Amino acid sequence: MQNQLSDAGLRDDLMTNDELLRQSEEMLDALLRAIATGNFDDIYATEYETITDTLRDISITRARQGFSPRETAQYVLSLKKAVVEVLEQERSDDYITLYKESTSINTLLDNLSIVTFETFIKGREEVILRQTDEISEISTPVIRVWNGILALPIIGTLDSARTQVVMENLLQEIVNTGSNIAILDISGVPAVDSLVAQHLIKTVSATRLMGAECIISGIRAEIAQTIVHLGIDLSNIKTKATLASALQLAFSMTNVEVRRIDKNVGLRGTR
Amino acid sequence: MIVMTKDTMEIVREQDVVPFRNRVREFSTKIGMSVVNQTKLITAASELVRNMLKYANGGKVILEIISNNAKTGVRLTFADQGPGIPDLSLAMKDGYSTGRSLGLGLPGAKRLVNEFDLKSQPGQGTTVTVIHWKHGR
Amino acid sequence: MDRIPILKMGHFLLVTIQVDLYDRLALTLENDLISMVSQTGARGVLIDISAVSIVDSFMGRILGNIASMSRIMDAETVVVGMQPAVAITLVELGLTLQGVYTALNVEKGMELLNSKMDTNLEQEEDEEDQDDRND
Repeated sequence: MQNQLSDAGLRDDLMTNDELLRQSEEMLDALLRAIATGNFDDIYATEYETITDTLRDISITRARQGFSPRETAQYVLSLKKAVVEVLEQERSDDYITLYKESTSINTLLDNLSIVTFETFIKGREEVILRQTDEISEISTPVIRVWNGILALPIIGTLDSARTQVVMENLLQEIVNTGSNIAILDISGVPAVDSLVAQHLIKTVSATRLMGAECIISGIRAEIAQTIVHLGIDLSNIKTKATLASALQLAFSMTNVEVRRIDKNVGLRGTR
Repeated sequence: MIVMTKDTMEIVREQDVVPFRNRVREFSTKIGMSVVNQTKLITAASELVRNMLKYANGGKVILEIISNNAKTGVRLTFADQGPGIPDLSLAMKDGYSTGRSLGLGLPGAKRLVNEFDLKSQPGQGTTVTVIHWKHGR
Repeated sequence: MDRIPILKMGHFLLVTIQVDLYDRLALTLENDLISMVSQTGARGVLIDISAVSIVDSFMGRILGNIASMSRIMDAETVVVGMQPAVAITLVELGLTLQGVYTALNVEKGMELLNSKMDTNLEQEEDEEDQDDRND
């Protein structure tokens, strides 16, 4: 029975690539060894370790590659059909044994397919986690608006994980560019509650510890209202309604002056 | 929860603080923790180990790398046989200190790590357990 | 015993902390620095902590002490070069180093101290003017 099982198992692996073929062969060998111990129920026993490990590997890789759950589960479930076919041929004379053996092999393979499901979902969750990290990275660009002046537009809600990313990016950029002033623009923040305000205050304090000054801009009327109604104290922090006025303040703090050039004078000069 | 690596350090003198901090750094580097999270964990550890020296004349710390299904992290257990803390909620309050310090040790350490557990029996000693995950959450 | 060297640069004192401070070393630094301020009549103290990876509340208190003590002796203290990770941790810890000036690097710290000296001089002159008028 064992030989035929491996033959049968190999048949549905013919279509796959070399690496997978090798992996499947290994797994089938392990499966045969495990079955030989007579254990059909407990897939968490040591004899099944190699099998569950290999299955996990395959499921994780497939989850990352974007396979559907159906395609992933098929890997184990396809084995079922092959094994049952072999059993039918082997035990065509003895229906009771055929029934018993196919039931236990079915249960075993079902259990194994559950392992692939679990791992597949875990793999997907990892992808989601990684994407969440990437989104928070992408959504907090630090822009160098002038020599020594950085701007950081914040879009979306500011939770503690995001604040940490914002702080890290901002402070690192302050070090890299040697900037003295950072403008935190919160035009894109939908609402400021006491928690968000606390995160903003933390970011400002950390910037000051580094030796740079921080201006918060983009404070809309309704945000100003909620800040006052909630009794949040921002008196120690420089705030401006727009990014433009924050930039102006930053210019005056760094002794920079922006002037309109009289065009006529300029043109005459070039002639 | 699986413990992957385990180590115990006795803290009896002020000079033990720096080697202990280096050991915590080693553990957190091993699991690939980011610099910011490392700094948070080591600073918290430094506060707690200082408390232990100051109020209980030292004690021991168990350092462990732990892992549950999805996350890997460092767990530190600070155990001393000092006088214990009579009022836990007061001890966790910012700015409260019986030892003329800034009173940031316990509450500050709690803010720096992901999980914080304080157990104390007056006269029997204090045990603080902190966990910081690799990704800081 | 180990000591952290203190350099005199014009009106200012410069300390570069290159190692993780243990408590006794930090306390020695505090003592040395304060006696140097009084000996030299320095107007400013620059403490470069760019190589320091951990600042806990003890270290924070030492920095605060140095600043307060120097101020009584008419010298301002600027802490320069704090690592981003250290700054984030200090804020989370609840330690904002009130009364200590900060700057990105030694050069900017010098600028800050120079500007503080200028404004101090101006203020003194203003006060003298006012005193004159009051008489």
